[in-house]
Amino acid sequence: MSDTIKTDVLIIGAGPIGLFAVFELGLLDIKAHLVDILDKVGGQCAELYPEKPIYDIPGIPVITGHGLTDALMQQIKPFGPTFHLGEMVTTLEKIGDPLFRLRTDGGKTFEAKCVAIAAGGGSFQPKRPPIQGIEPYEEKSVFYAVRKMEAFRGKRLLVVGGGDSALDWTLNLQPIAQRLTLVHRRDEFRGAPDSVNKMRALVAAGSMDLKIGQVTALEGADGKLAACSVKGGDGALARIEVDAMLPFFGLTMKLGPVADWGLKMEDELIPADTGTFETSIPGLFAIGDINTYPGKLKLILSGFHEAALMAQKAHRYVYPEKKLVFQYTTSSTSLQKKLGVA
Amino acid sequence: MPKITYIEHDGAQHTVEAELGSTVMETALRNDIASIVAECGGSCTCATCLVHVDEKWFAVVGPPSSDEEEQLDAAFEVKPTSRLSCQIKVTETLDGLIVHTPAYQGR
Repeated sequence: MSDTIKTDVLIIGAGPIGLFAVFELGLLDIKAHLVDILDKVGGQCAELYPEKPIYDIPGIPVITGHGLTDALMQQIKPFGPTFHLGEMVTTLEKIGDPLFRLRTDGGKTFEAKCVAIAAGGGSFQPKRPPIQGIEPYEEKSVFYAVRKMEAFRGKRLLVVGGGDSALDWTLNLQPIAQRLTLVHRRDEFRGAPDSVNKMRALVAAGSMDLKIGQVTALEGADGKLAACSVKGGDGALARIEVDAMLPFFGLTMKLGPVADWGLKMEDELIPADTGTFETSIPGLFAIGDINTYPGKLKLILSGFHEAALMAQKAHRYVYPEKKLVFQYTTSSTSLQKKLGVA
Repeated sequence: MPKITYIEHDGAQHTVEAELGSTVMETALRNDIASIVAECGGSCTCATCLVHVDEKWFAVVGPPSSDEEEQLDAAFEVKPTSRLSCQIKVTETLDGLIVHTPAYQGR
């Protein structure tokens, strides 16, 4: 068991709202740790639309998802937040008044005076192909991620997809697999051109197979895959004998464990008080797309506002003895000192 | 206003009026057609608003752009007439359009 990480506020989700929450908390001398299931910060801005323009951030006529993430990271730098990326908070229990204990699937334990759920549309998880009866094979012979490459040594592998994940794992696993087949629905790949060229060279050399089509059925007993049926672009069915299949169809958002934390929920959203963005549990806040209240708009600018109000209420829990005097960054020397500009 | 018919996987049909300049995805959401998810809100980045355009209509609607083709790689049961409904703008020529929605959008 690892040591417990103690912090004032644990922020679940490192999207734009989770990041800005660090700023608002930081101005009030409140320290934060952030946990995100993605291996990078930015949430949907980083995963869904890094290069797409956003036109409705106040004062910024146009910025990309990636640009906004970078700017927020620069803005919160003075407050030195700690990030725990590639991990999902799985359990949350209230152990004090308020004090929360949270655990991640990466084996970390946190104790936080307050928790801010800024999980957007939920956690990004791999898309599951709609192949009938796929569930019993999952984590036994169908894998959405590669944890240990060695597990695939000497195996007959079917990699499915046309993006960088599919191509990278094709190139990494091909040397150790007994035989590797890449299946993609069309003979064009959106992955990095260099990876595409390497893959094509392996196919030309006869070192791996490329099959254009879509996987339609699986065979095998007790979760052990024996063969996959692939329907070609011409409609012809091919049966490919394999030991494991690795589908890479990108990510989708699922609510995940939040639903099990004893919170009042409405249509997979967390109702929050509009004065504090506190949930039905004192000390537990919900900000950004994951909350709901009358008039709620799923806008980044609304989430920023919610983060600011959340920080005010969190201050009462973190520093119950201190009176909070509202200050402006424009004029307050003490705030400017915290920002490193005075 | 042009009319669009959505035929869901289970055969349920919805014929609705579509605003000119909106998209086939937005029209579906406005009319509570649950088989259109549109996780990314219409920025052609998530492939959860897939429709199969009726064969008779595909030539009118036209093929996907290369950006959209890339997104179709992350969709399932993609057919030659599959499109992302957020990328189909409603015009007068689409009056009577029929699209089939899939059983599953990846979530």
